[in-house]
Amino acid sequence: MNEYIKQLEYPTEPIILLSKKLKIKKFLKENNKKKIKKNIAVLGGSTTHDIVEILDLFLLYNGIEANFYECEYNRYYEDIMFNNEALKDFKPDIIWIHTSFRNLKNLPQINDSKEIVECKAENEYKKYLSMWEKCRRDYQCTIIQNNFEQSFYRLMGNKDVSDFHGALNFISELNLKFYEYAQKTNNFYINDLNYIASYYGLQEWHDLSSWYLYKYCCKIDAIPYLSHNVSRIIKSIYGKNKKGFVLDLDNTLWGGIIGDDGVENIQIGSETANAQAYLEFQSYLKNLSYLGVILNINSKNEESNAIKGLNHPECLLKPSDFIVIKANWNPKSQNMIEIANELSLSPDSLVFADDNPAEREIVKTQINDACVPEISQAENYIKEIDRNGYFEITTLSNDDLSKNKMYKANAERFKLEQSFSNYDDYLRSLNMKAIIKPFEAIYMQRIAQLTNKSNQFNLTTKRYSQSEIEQISSDSNSICLYGKLEDKFGDNGVVSVVIGRQDNDKLHIELFLMSCRVLKRGMEYAMLDELVYQAKKRNINTLIGYYFKSGKNSMVKNLYKDFGFTLKEINNEDSVWELNIKDYVNKQEIIEVESIK
Amino acid sequence: MTKDELLKELNEIFKNVLDLDDLTLQDSTTADDVEGWDSLSHITLIATIERKFGIKFNMKEIVELHNVGELADVILSKLA
Repeated sequence: MNEYIKQLEYPTEPIILLSKKLKIKKFLKENNKKKIKKNIAVLGGSTTHDIVEILDLFLLYNGIEANFYECEYNRYYEDIMFNNEALKDFKPDIIWIHTSFRNLKNLPQINDSKEIVECKAENEYKKYLSMWEKCRRDYQCTIIQNNFEQSFYRLMGNKDVSDFHGALNFISELNLKFYEYAQKTNNFYINDLNYIASYYGLQEWHDLSSWYLYKYCCKIDAIPYLSHNVSRIIKSIYGKNKKGFVLDLDNTLWGGIIGDDGVENIQIGSETANAQAYLEFQSYLKNLSYLGVILNINSKNEESNAIKGLNHPECLLKPSDFIVIKANWNPKSQNMIEIANELSLSPDSLVFADDNPAEREIVKTQINDACVPEISQAENYIKEIDRNGYFEITTLSNDDLSKNKMYKANAERFKLEQSFSNYDDYLRSLNMKAIIKPFEAIYMQRIAQLTNKSNQFNLTTKRYSQSEIEQISSDSNSICLYGKLEDKFGDNGVVSVVIGRQDNDKLHIELFLMSCRVLKRGMEYAMLDELVYQAKKRNINTLIGYYFKSGKNSMVKNLYKDFGFTLKEINNEDSVWELNIKDYVNKQEIIEVESIK
Repeated sequence: MTKDELLKELNEIFKNVLDLDDLTLQDSTTADDVEGWDSLSHITLIATIERKFGIKFNMKEIVELHNVGELADVILSKLA
């Protein structure tokens, strides 16, 4: 099925869409994506059947479940202008007037005077104007109006475009009138049929047998492009545009690998063909960012190299053009999710552009509905992205234009918050004080309770009764430490317990647990520091740590790794770790620790 | 390609386009015999067949088709 769904993104294979449309529709309707419901009336001056069926697919793909109303063949004018109970009952949210060159019945004749031609243009325009005004009055709905595509023949040849007698000249005059109306009217949008026909190729677009046999204004194969073009407007109206990019750097924004080739050798600028292709792609992105499309970096690179590259004098995109820059060695899917979180956006609202198919695959498989265009070569990037219409603009507000600034401010706030909750400043501000000492009689009960209650931050999940705790604490072969933590908000009491059993110069860590209420305070490091200190006093040189998987303790699966231990054994998901403590350096310096020296 | 082989391929195309699980086309099958084979799906059928076999029907051929057998004959004559 994916192979068919893929057809809804560029590049589309029209015949697959047309011949599999029923299967695709079933699939899209049955998936659990939330969809908004809209009523769309398609009033055509030519056949609309397949156009509507394919439009339906593109809309479903964008989370819009449409009800359609289609007028009888070429009854668009009558349906709007004369009393129409069916359309009234339908309550359209959108009326799309699908007219084309084929509906221009009153083209200039060669013996017409300039005044007559102007009059013909004005009359044609007035016919449309009256339909639009009637639609607005009767239905208060959004209107989408096709402009006119160019004809496939030119009676006067080249003069057809410049002389007022020419059909091409007439069409462009009429289109201009449409645009003027669009500029001053809300909820009125032009479907640029003229562009789609030109892009497809007029020679192919005007397939006369499709017209004579079926009364389609275009070749059957062109229908998906036409439907897609309208779907772009509709999904944009209903807020289904993408919000921005997550971009790779090497071979995406410039040619070459900056880490290997060095900043002086990356390809960007106007010197070589390749460099120009990357420069134009950067220019495309920069211009999109002026429209409020936000840009972010997701690159496997040292951050310093990424910044160096973006500061290359030929780069149009500078570090300040990006909201979030992730240049590290983490999986790109993870970076992508973090970027989305920092922007308070859903990951599927960001377009991931990366030249590496393997990276695209990771993002596609790890992130639901990830938007990952199949980009190929630098010279094709713009086309491969632009054709998908991720950022279709229907209205351009000052808000959109300053969107980048807003996201940037939000990202700064998020960073500040993050730096405070994650970094030492925040921890320092807590004024934490710990007591880490051998078990004491008054805490035996609490220690035993902790060994029986702690599940998540508990490496071995070994349970002890109170008497076992008392017994083991008097055993000279054991190191038993409890940890108590208080901070400026209060005393947390005993929150951590470690039990080690000495075996000559080795210490087996039989229990290492911590209460979850003090997660991420650095307390575990304080416990380790003290354990090492006590072990050294006994001439122990190796710590042996055990992780036994319990079903609840996966959060500490890698604790010993984070502690700098070496993996010695792995058995299913249980593991044994070792640390030589001869040159151990204390890991924790923020908590003020009281202990027995 | 023999006419029988062609009919099998056409059968697959028809099943796909018309979304029918069960369909057996014969020479004499006409649009009236097949659920969903109307003038609209006919357009998709013709376009799919053209793409699949790399051929192009002219208007006259399309207008004059009466049943599946005739369709197959036109395709075979174009492939020959």
